[in-house]
Amino acid sequence: MIIKVLGSGCSNCKKVVANVEVALTELNLEASVEKVENFKDIMAYGVMSTPALVIDEKVLVSGRIPSVEDIKKFLG
Amino acid sequence: MFGYIFNFGWLNDLVRFLVENIFKLSMEKHIGSAVHFFIYDTIKILILLSVMIFAISYARSFFPPEKTKKILTKFQGVKGNIMGSILGIVTPFCSCSSVPIFIGFVEAHIPLGVTFSFLITSPMVNEAAFVILLSAFGFKVAFLYVLTGMLVGIIGGMIIGAMKLENQVQEYVYEIKSHGIESYQPTNRERAKYALDDVISIIKKIWLYLIIGIAIGALIHNWAPEDLLTKYAGPNNPFAVIVGVIFGIPLYANVMGTIPIAQALIAKGVGLGTALAFMMATIALSVPSIILLKKVVKQKLINIFVLITGIGIILVGYLFNILGGFLI
Repeated sequence: MIIKVLGSGCSNCKKVVANVEVALTELNLEASVEKVENFKDIMAYGVMSTPALVIDEKVLVSGRIPSVEDIKKFLG
Repeated sequence: MFGYIFNFGWLNDLVRFLVENIFKLSMEKHIGSAVHFFIYDTIKILILLSVMIFAISYARSFFPPEKTKKILTKFQGVKGNIMGSILGIVTPFCSCSSVPIFIGFVEAHIPLGVTFSFLITSPMVNEAAFVILLSAFGFKVAFLYVLTGMLVGIIGGMIIGAMKLENQVQEYVYEIKSHGIESYQPTNRERAKYALDDVISIIKKIWLYLIIGIAIGALIHNWAPEDLLTKYAGPNNPFAVIVGVIFGIPLYANVMGTIPIAQALIAKGVGLGTALAFMMATIALSVPSIILLKKVVKQKLINIFVLITGIGIILVGYLFNILGGFLI
């Protein structure tokens, strides 16, 4: 499972990464978490509002910070 | 009766009771009045913020940027600028998204001027500032603020569009190809949840600045020298407006805290327009957003954008200074 967080590094994007890592820990899962900060790459997903959460190349959330609970649902 | 509830008359009386009977402070004296102001204003703003941000966030969930982009492609000319400005108010996004949004609009062949109408209006008309202005100055001022924010955006966008500055966009922006994603349609329950999340996150972000601002406002309200302020920053001093805008641009501070201070200063004789111009400059021309904009737009266009928006805000400042007497 490849998890990507799209965002240019503002505090909201960092929050998503943090929430993802907490969710992974709580579910006892391992996955690579990649931060995508380059705008060309972000736009390639068709995303216009960051932060965005992409799992296995599918855009699941864009424009808001998903809570740990939300993320656990996506992972589970 | 409705006015009493809506205008927080009940809260005013409640806090007055608290100050006079429980803290045993006289409302006639500075200290009693200041404590009353502080408690009353804090609670009033928190209530207003919660209710209005919830309502506004809920409504905004119907306008994700992807949808805004589709709508804007259908409008040409001045109508495009007007739509861009309206959608700038209604589309939620954090400032780090301004780059993807800019790129998305350019890619959809939305005219540069229209994109700028969106980008200028959007930060100026943010819901928390609106709510706090509502609380501090009432409906007329708050709505006029929205209207002038739109005007600056529309006219600023029109001027930029007329200057044919397409070559001022960084080249790579034109080379980006992205497929549109269908934005997820949340259920009503989810919309409510996201709206609630927004309320909590906004209040979490600004409560400290707000309390500090209200505290300073309470001090000014009760102890600042009226004549001095009127002399140097009153509505009849056009120079003060320009100084206010120049001061606002590099200010990193959270604008929410400045509004209660502005309210108190205005009560002491500082021109309404002067204070508003300062606040608008803080938001619309904030250094972080300009830094971000530099990634997609070249220096010449950045300079023009700052100049036009700055002048627009100064003019709005003069307008509010003249109208000030009729509004508050």
